[in-house]
Amino acid sequence: MLRGRLFAVMRKEFIHIIRDPRSLSLIFFWPVIMVLLYGTAITFDIKEIRIGVLDSDHSSASRELLRDLTASNYFKTTAILRKRSEIDAGFLENRFKAVLVMPAGFAKDKARNAGRIQLVVDASNSNTATVVIQYMKTFCMLHQLENSVTVSAPVALLPRVWYNPDLKSSHFIVPGLIAVILMMICAQLTSITLAREWETGTFEQILVSPILPHEIILGKLAPYLLLSLTVSVVTLAFSVAVFKVPFRGSLLLLLILSLIYIYASLSIGVLISTRARTQQVALLASQILTLLPSFLLSGFIFPVLYMPLFLKAVTYLVPARYYLVIIRGIMLKGIGPRDLAQPCLLLVLFGTLLIVLSIHRFKSVLEKAPWAE
Amino acid sequence: MRLSPGPFPAGKKKRGPPARLAMTGQNGMSSSSEDAGSRPPAPELVRDKYSVIVQDLTKKFGNFCAVDRISFRVKDGEIFGFLGANGAGKTTAIKMLCGLLLPTSGSGQVEGLDIGRDSERIKKIIGYMSQKFSLYEDLTVSENLEFFGGIYGLPPVRLRRKVKECTTAAGLEPFSGRRTREIPLGLKQRLALTCAVLHDPHVLFLDEPTAGVDPVSRRDFWTLIHELAGGGTTVFVTTHYMDEAEYCNRLAVMHNGRLAAVGTPGDLKNRYQKKTMEEAFIELAGRERKAGNA
Repeated sequence: MLRGRLFAVMRKEFIHIIRDPRSLSLIFFWPVIMVLLYGTAITFDIKEIRIGVLDSDHSSASRELLRDLTASNYFKTTAILRKRSEIDAGFLENRFKAVLVMPAGFAKDKARNAGRIQLVVDASNSNTATVVIQYMKTFCMLHQLENSVTVSAPVALLPRVWYNPDLKSSHFIVPGLIAVILMMICAQLTSITLAREWETGTFEQILVSPILPHEIILGKLAPYLLLSLTVSVVTLAFSVAVFKVPFRGSLLLLLILSLIYIYASLSIGVLISTRARTQQVALLASQILTLLPSFLLSGFIFPVLYMPLFLKAVTYLVPARYYLVIIRGIMLKGIGPRDLAQPCLLLVLFGTLLIVLSIHRFKSVLEKAPWAE
Repeated sequence: MRLSPGPFPAGKKKRGPPARLAMTGQNGMSSSSEDAGSRPPAPELVRDKYSVIVQDLTKKFGNFCAVDRISFRVKDGEIFGFLGANGAGKTTAIKMLCGLLLPTSGSGQVEGLDIGRDSERIKKIIGYMSQKFSLYEDLTVSENLEFFGGIYGLPPVRLRRKVKECTTAAGLEPFSGRRTREIPLGLKQRLALTCAVLHDPHVLFLDEPTAGVDPVSRRDFWTLIHELAGGGTTVFVTTHYMDEAEYCNRLAVMHNGRLAAVGTPGDLKNRYQKKTMEEAFIELAGRERKAGNA
């Protein structure tokens, strides 16, 4: 009996999904578009920084430095300046982001190991400015190592970059994007299911039957669980194929943990739908409750570690926070189940709490009976 | 949700063969015309004779009294009509009996079960069809039937058999594979009725089941209702079509949340000395309005 009623709801819900173009596009089309679009757009990599050069030395040493600068992938000389007054005008016209100034006598000073050059940076975007300065420091160090006969530095730092040797930010961003997309889509999918039944009046017809609240809620959840798993498979495939994100861990482990994350995300939508009476309200609520938190409060872009204490506490309510640890850990570092037990348990707890709350609220809705004549 | 322990009340009538749509050629119209309200029977007989008993049932929404201390009894197997203008409180009353609304005060029993305490058990033995035929438009006719049979917990084999039987009986067979949004309103209405009776309910509550449907479809629909009643199902139906009121065994007329009159269509016409139910109803409504203003 119990299984029969639950099965009836599952089957019906499954038919709804496969016959509804909006649900289908939400599952198969939008995730791909979002991965491609955001995966390309959101990047911390800065390449081909446009740079102006003001060479007052006109020596072979200055020309050598310039040649190396142009040869590197990180800088692109877009202007040769004659006077300092041209710098400000160039910044205003956005012809370059920084200017390298080589003063007269640079070659002579360099020969005495006291060469000085100046970097003027447009810091209207402080992030870019910091990166430009960092790049230029590295460039100067390398240039010095190559060209001087004697390496005078007593301590040399030799960095080795692990897990993401090319320092490509897409390897970091794209897996995070999967977390964001899954959370948004899952919550949207389930948020409208009960609201739609309120709108069409079929809800009342279900309520006069002997079906129990948990049968309705779980019956509605189950088909979405499976369909959302295809979202994660599709987005994963694209992130590996298009963005060449490495996959070092176990695919099976990731899929199992994704299912748990999907469960937690779907439960947000279910909770919304116990209160929303129209599909519009449900959709809006699910977007507000998932889009910004998953972007800003999950560690997707801004590390949770550096957040103020209050915001850090809020991040515990965002399931994407846990899944980010899982997906980045498995894909980039290849970590195993033992290291992921904690985020995984918290996800299960989060989802179950919301489902229990939904069933409870569903019951209280029945007792209050909001439909008046 | 809870299922209250203990057996069904002692002395509950053992039901004969389940009411089935497939039963044709029987006229369910009972010829008895005595008014139940005038002669209260002994308590033991109550459970045998009446499938719905309502005593001082009241529902208030804030200050507004939607249903005001109504009392009536519906006999086993009869077609009981609930008449009244829009907003008279018919739907509110029916929702309380189906367990969709909790009464503010008063009591009610359906098949001997209390509507306040035993609503979960009542749900298993009643069928309900709401004003807007609550069907899934994107599902096919047979998928709708399978779903509604499914949520009543019908085992798969019986569900398949019932769906087939009922589809044939309601004349829905040629449409069983069609999406519900594609079929005409009259058929949707018959489908909604069929969905409500798959589990062989003892009592069937129909809330304005024919609203907006053409006369021929309404006629067909009432034929089905009579077949059901002939099979032993009690039918409780609200309407504001007076021609439909004539099809009922007995009628209760509601006005502003109160019960204005109860009786057979013949009784009511005699009482107000009118030829048709329509005239009788208008006369009754006029008197009630005067009484209300006085």
